[in-house]
Amino acid sequence: MDFFAPFIEVYTADHLRFLLEGFWVTLKVAAASIVLSFIIGGIVGTLRYAKIPVVSQMLAVIVETIRNLPLLLIIFFTYFALPEIGIEMEITAATIAALTVFESAMISEIIRSGLNSIEKGQIEAGRASGLNYIQTLRYIIMPQALRRMVPPIVSQFISLLKDTSLAVVIALPDVLHNGQIIYAQKESYVVPVLVMVSLMYFIVNYALSMIARRLELKQI
Amino acid sequence: MLDFSILTNYTDLFLEGLKITIIVSLIALICSFILGTLIAIMRIAPFKLLNWVGTAYVEFIRNIPVLVIVFFTFLVGNFGGMIAGTIGLTIYTAAFIAEAIRAGILSVPKGQMEAARSTGLTYGQAMRMVILPQAIKIVIPPLGNQFINLVKNSSLLAVVAGGDLMYQGDLISAMTYATFDTYIFVGLFYLIITIPLSLGVNFLEKRMARSN
Repeated sequence: MDFFAPFIEVYTADHLRFLLEGFWVTLKVAAASIVLSFIIGGIVGTLRYAKIPVVSQMLAVIVETIRNLPLLLIIFFTYFALPEIGIEMEITAATIAALTVFESAMISEIIRSGLNSIEKGQIEAGRASGLNYIQTLRYIIMPQALRRMVPPIVSQFISLLKDTSLAVVIALPDVLHNGQIIYAQKESYVVPVLVMVSLMYFIVNYALSMIARRLELKQI
Repeated sequence: MLDFSILTNYTDLFLEGLKITIIVSLIALICSFILGTLIAIMRIAPFKLLNWVGTAYVEFIRNIPVLVIVFFTFLVGNFGGMIAGTIGLTIYTAAFIAEAIRAGILSVPKGQMEAARSTGLTYGQAMRMVILPQAIKIVIPPLGNQFINLVKNSSLLAVVAGGDLMYQGDLISAMTYATFDTYIFVGLFYLIITIPLSLGVNFLEKRMARSN
């Protein structure tokens, strides 16, 4: 029973509460980031879809650049490099800012391809019925596209939740950070703590992926 | 303006990091392709127990952060950061590649398997010689995407002192105190690898969409 002894030793009420407190921070930071990313990504994706000259091209370059960089670099950059040019944020704000920049780029692609998936005839029909371009987007294209976008956006939220763990490098007090504090006490605590941290992520993300799958099935 | 003397003074470190990033990503890609193929076959093989093990692997690994896996391999195994990081990335990426390969295998019509079996091939032979070669075509673009993700995720090696590009960037910024400029250069090095890969994947995806 040597293998299980550390598990019983680590899983005390205090340790579990400490981990859950960290997980609560993870959830809050992820929720704030997804809301901001959805707004910014929505605007960027729509502007790119509308093919506004110059603006669309500039956004394309920015989105492709961000999507092709490691998130860890963006987090380091936000927290350690931006203060050099006078932009200083505390840890939570820096994490949310970095995650928002990265996930907005991802979500803008989901929004853009969702909009593109609606047949062009719909715009023509909308315009022909007397709506202007903005009205057509708002009342005809968006409502149809949004329904198709829900499953990929839920998947993106799962990625975001997992990505939040990277903020441990700038000491955000999230679940992994609190886990590190616990297993710093004793080497044999490493496995049980990491197993518990994984389980917390797994439970929430698996539930989310089930929802995404159900939504996907409904549409077919 | 950017201080280009950082680039010229620390060329060796940047290139060393770039080399390790590329090597680690390539090795992890090859290993996770092998592991991913095995898991994909487990998921569709006609054995309930194997199905369950394969599904459990994919569902569990896909839903936990890669950093947790890298910490695990680093702290539990007695390897250096580079090997532990490569193993961690492999375990994580294999789950995604398994799903891509499974989708590829399922896209091959069932009749192919039945025809192959009726010619006297065993399940394993039919899989290897008939089904997999056809599935691989569909799997190439998602594999490309996974490779891009691997290059980006290999930056996690920096957290376990794995010697990659991000790690060298940290070292250089600690020596020069020019964090802003150093990170910009690090970012450019990543883009040198990832942008051509994305363009390639886009091209393949478009070509396949047209051929359908």
